[in-house]
Amino acid sequence: MEDELETGVVKKFLYVNRRAPHGTVYAHEALEVVLIGAAFDQDVSLAFIDDGVFQLKKNQDTSEIYTKNFSKIYSALEMYDVEKLYVEKESLHSRGLTEDDLSVDVKVIDSSEMKKLMSDSEVVLNF
Amino acid sequence: MLHTVNKSPFEKNSLETCLRLAEDNSSILLIEDGVYGALQNTSFESSIINAQKTIKLYVLGPDLKARGLDKSSLISNIDIIDYKEFVKLTVENDKVQNWL
Amino acid sequence: MPIEVNGKSFETDEEGYLANLGEWEKDLATAMAKEDGIDLGDDHWEIINFLREYYEEYQIAPAVRVLTKAVGKKLGKDKGNSKYLYELFPYGPGKQACKFAGLPKPTGCV
Repeated sequence: MEDELETGVVKKFLYVNRRAPHGTVYAHEALEVVLIGAAFDQDVSLAFIDDGVFQLKKNQDTSEIYTKNFSKIYSALEMYDVEKLYVEKESLHSRGLTEDDLSVDVKVIDSSEMKKLMSDSEVVLNF
Repeated sequence: MLHTVNKSPFEKNSLETCLRLAEDNSSILLIEDGVYGALQNTSFESSIINAQKTIKLYVLGPDLKARGLDKSSLISNIDIIDYKEFVKLTVENDKVQNWL
Repeated sequence: MPIEVNGKSFETDEEGYLANLGEWEKDLATAMAKEDGIDLGDDHWEIINFLREYYEEYQIAPAVRVLTKAVGKKLGKDKGNSKYLYELFPYGPGKQACKFAGLPKPTGCV
């Protein structure tokens, strides 16, 4: 099935996550798109800026708000060969968070590096 | 009066406006993405601490837990309450204003 | 269409996946398999249980490519390959095994 989808063209995809989890559906929907897109063997990166950094906060437990705890999915991204996760340092720090607060391995980069990441990407999708 | 705020202060100015306009002796309850307003070490910390001189601050525990946060991440003297206490607050106050 | 097992009715979606994850039980898996002409043995259960644990940990039903890799890691190379998994679940190890395990259709399965 995957062979039929193979076009041989590999593009640099960047998914930009700017929303907090749970309050709106953006974060969860973005993950669905990333996982579905992963079947197409593209060069995928994820960027977390602004409130998007809250998506990666450790120890999320939604049992008392009765919604799916999709934060666990971030740990599965690696198995889908989605391994490049970038977090903007400025966004993290202005929210009182540090890298230790995050649930998965990420690369913390500053705004100028984020700017470069965006301009180096061929397809940029915002959520 | 009880004020509720359900938006992240980093994304909308609901919390800021609520803090500016809430009268003395009222209560503010942070729910959903509003709970991020209770975090330590942010640009909102000083205005929250200032407001606490005259206003009582609460956060909804289940929303805090869903976001991987707990008491240790919060500004001090903010009460963490459950759904039952939320109901009690709405009953105790003559009016509720929801800052969306 | 709902499936009847032991006098109990289980709601499913239009493709036969269980609507409510929490309702799953072993007899339901056995009944779904029988409908597909499969008699579940230990090897099937090993994969079904693996999938349920995987879902508990990551909250997704893995795509077949990911499942194969993960099974290989956990249960060894002789089980973590398409041939082995397709022999157990001829309609596709991702789709069919996930269905028996009571999970939704795999994410990333086009």
